Amino acid sequence: MRDLVEESGLMIEAQGLRIARGGQRLLDVAHLRLGGPGPTVILGPNGAGKSLLLRCLHGLIGADVGAVRQNGRPLDGDERARQAMVFQRPVMLRRSVAGNLDFVLRRRGLARRQRQDRIADLLAEGGLQSRGGQSARSLSVGEAQRLAILRALATEPEVLFLDEPTSALDPGATQAIEALVLRASTRGVRIVMVTHDIGQARRLAADVVVMMGGQVVEQGPAAQVLDDPANGAVRRFLAGELIF
Amino acid sequence: MQSFAQEMQAAFTLILAGDSELLGIVALSLRVSLLAVLFAALIGMPLGAALAVGRFPGRRALVVLVNALMGLPPVVVGLLVYLMLSRSGPLGVLQLLYTPTAMIIAQVVLVTPIIAALTRQVVEMLDAEYAEQMRSLGLSRLATVPVLLWDGRVALLTAVLAGFGRAIAEVGAVIIVGGNINHVTRVMTTAIALETSKGNLALALALGAVLIGIAIAVNALVSLLGARSRAEVMAHA
Amino acid sequence: MIGSVFRMGALVLGLMAGSLAQAGDFIVVQSTTSTQNSGLLDHILPAFEAETGIEVRVVAVGTGQAIRNAANGDGDVLLVHAKAAEEKFVAEGWGVERFDVMYNDFVLVGPASDPAGVRGGSDIVAALSAIAGAEAPFASRGDDSGTHKAELRHWASAGIDVSAASGGWYRETGSGMGATLNLAAGMGAYALSDRATWIAFGNKGDLVVAVEGDARLFNQYGVILVNPAKHPGVKAEAGQRFIDWLTGDEGQAAIAGYTLDGQQLFFPNAK
Repeated sequence: MRDLVEESGLMIEAQGLRIARGGQRLLDVAHLRLGGPGPTVILGPNGAGKSLLLRCLHGLIGADVGAVRQNGRPLDGDERARQAMVFQRPVMLRRSVAGNLDFVLRRRGLARRQRQDRIADLLAEGGLQSRGGQSARSLSVGEAQRLAILRALATEPEVLFLDEPTSALDPGATQAIEALVLRASTRGVRIVMVTHDIGQARRLAADVVVMMGGQVVEQGPAAQVLDDPANGAVRRFLAGELIF
Repeated sequence: MQSFAQEMQAAFTLILAGDSELLGIVALSLRVSLLAVLFAALIGMPLGAALAVGRFPGRRALVVLVNALMGLPPVVVGLLVYLMLSRSGPLGVLQLLYTPTAMIIAQVVLVTPIIAALTRQVVEMLDAEYAEQMRSLGLSRLATVPVLLWDGRVALLTAVLAGFGRAIAEVGAVIIVGGNINHVTRVMTTAIALETSKGNLALALALGAVLIGIAIAVNALVSLLGARSRAEVMAHA
Repeated sequence: MIGSVFRMGALVLGLMAGSLAQAGDFIVVQSTTSTQNSGLLDHILPAFEAETGIEVRVVAVGTGQAIRNAANGDGDVLLVHAKAAEEKFVAEGWGVERFDVMYNDFVLVGPASDPAGVRGGSDIVAALSAIAGAEAPFASRGDDSGTHKAELRHWASAGIDVSAASGGWYRETGSGMGATLNLAAGMGAYALSDRATWIAFGNKGDLVVAVEGDARLFNQYGVILVNPAKHPGVKAEAGQRFIDWLTGDEGQAAIAGYTLDGQQLFFPNAK
């Protein structure tokens, strides 16, 4: 297995993470390092433990044993503040589109004028300029997911986690989301995205981590993992077989 | 002897003539119940939110208790508050018995569990939906509470209206701690009780109709304000 | 947002101001529903208030509750019609002294159809015996009030144990006079009522006076100042002024002057 260590920049390291429930092993990651400049896609069949791993990396869940470290430090409030996450289904506050962004910007202590400018920039970035005053709950799922990404970006994170953000979206909305994610990546935000869609992995990933049965079974540069994986099960998965 | 219908008509005429005594009674009813609901909300909403979001030993038992207290009989509340405020009671020195303040206190006791229990349910449901996202955005559990309360404002308003409905309609509590004293602590429900005990059933019913009308008016007003604020939000699009 | 908070605050203060503006001299009189419901107090109190500037706040409940409240110190004056209980109240030190104020009488009311055949009589004990014998429905106060105590005395005189019949033809409402009369009218039952409440009652239905005029139906009202030695918060001076007025010429005249449907309801007899 090849390491993905990037000598400079943010690095996340998971060590000996294990979660078991009812005698069943849900997560068992001996060692994982994430930190490459391009988007890292965590790929695998449903139930592989991808979302669970993401939540551990973001500090939403505590593993039974093991630790997560970011830049060599434990995952405390300060370190987590450098992260942001977008979930499978967007959770919008019951206020306007602009209001959702304002909520986050206020917490960062920005003055009113600054917030207004920043909101305008973000909305333009996501193609939602005309929707500022609209109720966020009245957006379509695709638009709401775009807003969720914008809201996450408003916190100016160093790493953005995304948990299957387009699994419920049509191709048009999916394309808009992927474009937004790539733009963020070129601006320097580290992307760590979970998906079970192999095509999406091909489109977005610079590096790929493949998970099966709670374990990391393969990782490396995208071209290598996707076209010529070392692991036989991964090969069968990429060929379209159902993996149990 | 008049027929019942004729009596009711006579009663309504009296009422619609804007009898100043009646206006005083209506004003006092509204004052007591609106203030009671306000204080009950100030106590009950944080309490309900804390129950929803907090994790501490005995939490589940407390939830069951608060839910059960929604069914407190008004007359029992009246009796308990009377014993507290009586000159022979622990708070007798405050001389609050037979005043509107005592009535407000009794109704606060009655209404707070309702608002707390309904708030808990609303906040708990929203918390299930929002918790991960809020934590991701860096909010502590405590900081999440105001967000949940604001986002649940529509359902919480219904909880407040439920509390108001309970307060404006009860007689058992206010009659014991208020004493139904003319011009001092007589409200709509105690006036209805009095007229019934005098056998003036038509007048009592007419007063009852006025009470229902007021309850409808309050709810309609709230609904109107809700519709207006929604329209304002949409108009910015 | 801020503007609406201010508006709310002003509204709340306005509402509360009403509650706070209850100052001024007043006394609390614990009395019975008969003096209230008959309209007597509404008629005579304004004269006292105009003359002395003392507001009289009347809490009208059953006699038992009135005595209990007064013993708790939740009233300055007690005005009820249960002489034995009143004398006990004074004997136990809760009251200063008892004075006669006025009297009227009780009447036995019943359905016009008169199932027990007592209508037109003037012997209450005989009438109750007949009612028990016929097992005709009877609505009792059942609430330890003056009326209730009087009623029980008459049953005792007739040698009848009504507790055995409770729930059968003998119905204990545990309520005030009005509620009891409502029930009597509703189920065609006999009931004992003070005359004042009866005359003022608005839902007589087909109830009529069945028995009246028995000397034993005499109904005496008494007034007592709650003892300030037991409850220092009692407004003894103002309370005494009220008692003096009530038992004096002016109060007595006011009582005599109150009529309803052309009938005098209460007869002053203070010494």
